[in-house]
Amino acid sequence: MTTPAQPAPPMPAPAPAVNPETMEFWTATADGRLLVKRCQDCDSLIWYPRAICPMCSSLRTEWFEVSGRGAIYSYTVNHRGEGAYQGAPPFVLAYVELDEGLRMMTNIVEADGADLAVGLPVEVVFHDTGAGSALPRFRPLRT
Amino acid sequence: MTIRGQAYIAGAYEHPERKIPDKSIARVHAEVALGALADAGLALSDVDAYFCAGDAPGFGPISMADYLGLTRLRYTDSTETGGSSYVAHVGHAAAAIAAGKCRVALITLAGLPRSQPVPRPSASALAPEAGFEQPFGPTTVSMYALAARRHMHEYGTTGAQLAAIKVAASLHAQHNPHAMLPKPVTVDEVLDSPMISDPLHRLDCCVVSDGGGALVVVAPEVAADLARQTVKVLGHGESPKLTAGGHIDLTYTGAVWSGPRAFAEAGVTPGDVDYASIYDSFTITVLQTIEDLGFCEKGKGGAFVADGSLVAPHGRLPFNTDGGGLCNNHPVNRGGMTKVIEAVRQLRGEANAPVQVPECQIALVNGNGGSLGTRSAAATLILGREDA
Repeated sequence: MTTPAQPAPPMPAPAPAVNPETMEFWTATADGRLLVKRCQDCDSLIWYPRAICPMCSSLRTEWFEVSGRGAIYSYTVNHRGEGAYQGAPPFVLAYVELDEGLRMMTNIVEADGADLAVGLPVEVVFHDTGAGSALPRFRPLRT
Repeated sequence: MTIRGQAYIAGAYEHPERKIPDKSIARVHAEVALGALADAGLALSDVDAYFCAGDAPGFGPISMADYLGLTRLRYTDSTETGGSSYVAHVGHAAAAIAAGKCRVALITLAGLPRSQPVPRPSASALAPEAGFEQPFGPTTVSMYALAARRHMHEYGTTGAQLAAIKVAASLHAQHNPHAMLPKPVTVDEVLDSPMISDPLHRLDCCVVSDGGGALVVVAPEVAADLARQTVKVLGHGESPKLTAGGHIDLTYTGAVWSGPRAFAEAGVTPGDVDYASIYDSFTITVLQTIEDLGFCEKGKGGAFVADGSLVAPHGRLPFNTDGGGLCNNHPVNRGGMTKVIEAVRQLRGEANAPVQVPECQIALVNGNGGSLGTRSAAATLILGREDA
């Protein structure tokens, strides 16, 4: 799927640490695409993205675009942000389980914490960091 | 080879202060080192092995060895697994002693997060996962909150059950003159305290304290010559708990692996444990750990703690009788050292009288480092009375 990156809401969108191993992931986020790694030897999908397959030790891994849909695995409304989030309004930190089975840390946006639940279907949105990348966050799936 | 009976804890010392505005971190390391050695009846000049973790200022174990004047070292270990480091160090020291590498091992922890807050280590920005986690604003409390939420979802655990863990710790802390939070609290007081990262309230969290502690682990022939009652190291296990390439499970800790390893080496079972020091960075840490160690069935931890099982001296599993990190002391945000120290007190019969477990023969210590919400390290020790 392709979703243009949106301007960030009042919530902070700090730029990620990027290195040669992860550059392609972050470049894709700026284009509204969510990538994971796939092992060319054992076919495992891998999160977080890395050069080595932690399942079979192969170094033959490739980028693989996922649907950007999933469900909340766990979440918390954090009232005490630190770092870039210090002084920010309460925000939702979560793990989302992608439809492809991978669980990734993220934020849930465009929702009140009281309306969230484990298992709630969500879809990815991209928040521009202003540094050539966008944070893959998730909002409740709009049907 | 096994370490069972190959090493003894001869000295243990917890710094009595909880806020230390006028000393350096190195000096507090020195104070706890001297305290533990005095407890053992030994001196710095007897030490031939030194163990420390990331709280030690300077270059691994070398700067503190130099500061302390440890000129006879033939073994050093700066294993860094967060709050579980010092629990692991006891096992490492016992293994080194069993292998004949050293005879008198000193382990120290000290720091001043209240008086001299320092930024988080910048090295974490270079961690391979950093870009995929840090931008989303994870904090220590929120990582444990994610684990608590998932445990609640899968097993029906409640906030009131988590609160019961704090209540038990507070009932113990009231007998500890050094405890930061010596006042007993109720379940309602925990649930009414400010929400930090739901479902965890302020009173679900451990204290932040300056201070430290130290241990002296010695060879059997050294122990035999000491006047002080020693504690026998019976078993040790460690395990990291990882994110599994995108298949993280937030409902259990590495104690599911470290526990059985320690029990097997010690030759005991959970039913043999008279007292347990359980890492209590947050209430959820205790709940998951007692399930993982086999003190109750997985998912039944809530019911286990809610009926007073953790309350000393007569509960089924008296825990953290000093008040633990939840009420007494969590120096440098690292609770493993004080967990070992309180287990030593219990096995020597020197815990505060109202919470001393009668005939305490076997104690378990479990440390956890890192974050239950991402990557963590578990270390389990089984200790016994001198004659165990």
